[in-house]
Amino acid sequence: MAIFKYSEIGISGISAAVPKEKSNNLTLNDFFTEKEAKSIVKMTGIKERRVAPSNICASDLCYEAAEQLLKDMAIDKNTIDVLIFISQTPDYRMPSTGIILQHRLGLSKSCAAFDINLGCSGYVYGLCLAYSFCKQKTINKVLLLNGETRTKVYSFKDKSTGLLFGDAGAATLIERNKDAGDSFFSLNANGSRYHFIMIPAGGYRYPSSPETVKEKVFEDGSIRTDEQGIMDGSGVFDFTIQDVPKDIIRVLNESSRSINDIDIFLFHQANKFITDHIAKKMGIPLEKVPYSLDKFGNTSSVSIPLTIVSELSNQLPNETKTVLMTGFGVGLSWATGLLNLTRSNISKLIEI
Amino acid sequence: MLQQIINLFAEILEKNPDELNPNDEFREYEEWDSLAYLSVIAKIDEDYHLVIPRDEFQKIRTIKDLTNYLENK
Repeated sequence: MAIFKYSEIGISGISAAVPKEKSNNLTLNDFFTEKEAKSIVKMTGIKERRVAPSNICASDLCYEAAEQLLKDMAIDKNTIDVLIFISQTPDYRMPSTGIILQHRLGLSKSCAAFDINLGCSGYVYGLCLAYSFCKQKTINKVLLLNGETRTKVYSFKDKSTGLLFGDAGAATLIERNKDAGDSFFSLNANGSRYHFIMIPAGGYRYPSSPETVKEKVFEDGSIRTDEQGIMDGSGVFDFTIQDVPKDIIRVLNESSRSINDIDIFLFHQANKFITDHIAKKMGIPLEKVPYSLDKFGNTSSVSIPLTIVSELSNQLPNETKTVLMTGFGVGLSWATGLLNLTRSNISKLIEI
Repeated sequence: MLQQIINLFAEILEKNPDELNPNDEFREYEEWDSLAYLSVIAKIDEDYHLVIPRDEFQKIRTIKDLTNYLENK
């Protein structure tokens, strides 16, 4: 079982960047009727999303977030020994974008840098990996970067995905900290459902060709190419309400904590109806469940740190909060973490 | 139980319970959409502490089928 426990390792700072341009889901358009748009907003809670222009990549959003974080915390860049970039919208298919960011950020050549291809579960997976690196006495600090330009992946003319996704980047600094206490993580995978959320073409199983960039019309009226993302919404719902609560209970049991011991529950920001349902069902008070999806949409692995920066910047820097976070989606992959945020620096949200 | 399930559908579909016949195929209602699907599954989970997996729900055609399904659980 992929259960992890760490002691005296913590998050010392978080920052996030979003593009300036907003897209309002209720703005009239040629594809969604007013009724359809209202129904999607009502169900998901997503009112507005940030959209990156063609010249801004996930790495650019992460770069800005990281520069701000390192400046705000006055970090010596030579103390960063690992850079992890988690994204499904990298700059290139090769090399790893994380390596390019090592140079752009002016980090040492003896800093490990690489990419991880994960989506909605990626923040919790990334934290777990960062914590494990910090167990090495030779590692000072780990910089975890989560970045996505999801609006470039999905067709706006897709009934099930067109209004859901937003673009954002986040930077998180992880290091040893005597006051951090114990942290627990559970990581999971179910590859039998890989086709629930995917981009079918453009990899090596179904390579890019003139055929894969042709728009096709589907039964529900959606229009997309095979190089754009697809999502089986009810399949993801089915998975989320069954597997996510079980994973939360597993982590609570592993840590011998109860719902009452947790100050803040950070759910991946995908659908307010679903996560409110999970919270109610588990007896989690809704005031402990912050949301940022109304403003930013689903930003995949960025959604949890973005919610911290956007919604919790007032309460975190001066106190210790016990936080449970859970990410779930593409893979299918899901992960839950329980940790203390102890006087963490939360930088002001950056808009570029 | 049958009346409870009729009321549950009436609430979600914003219809009068009298308009719903237990033998109607609920997917044929004009008001049935993906939000209604999510709402029915969520409400049953709340009221009966049971998540009906999607492949099993697909076999359920009518309000009466759903009632029978829940009664046999």
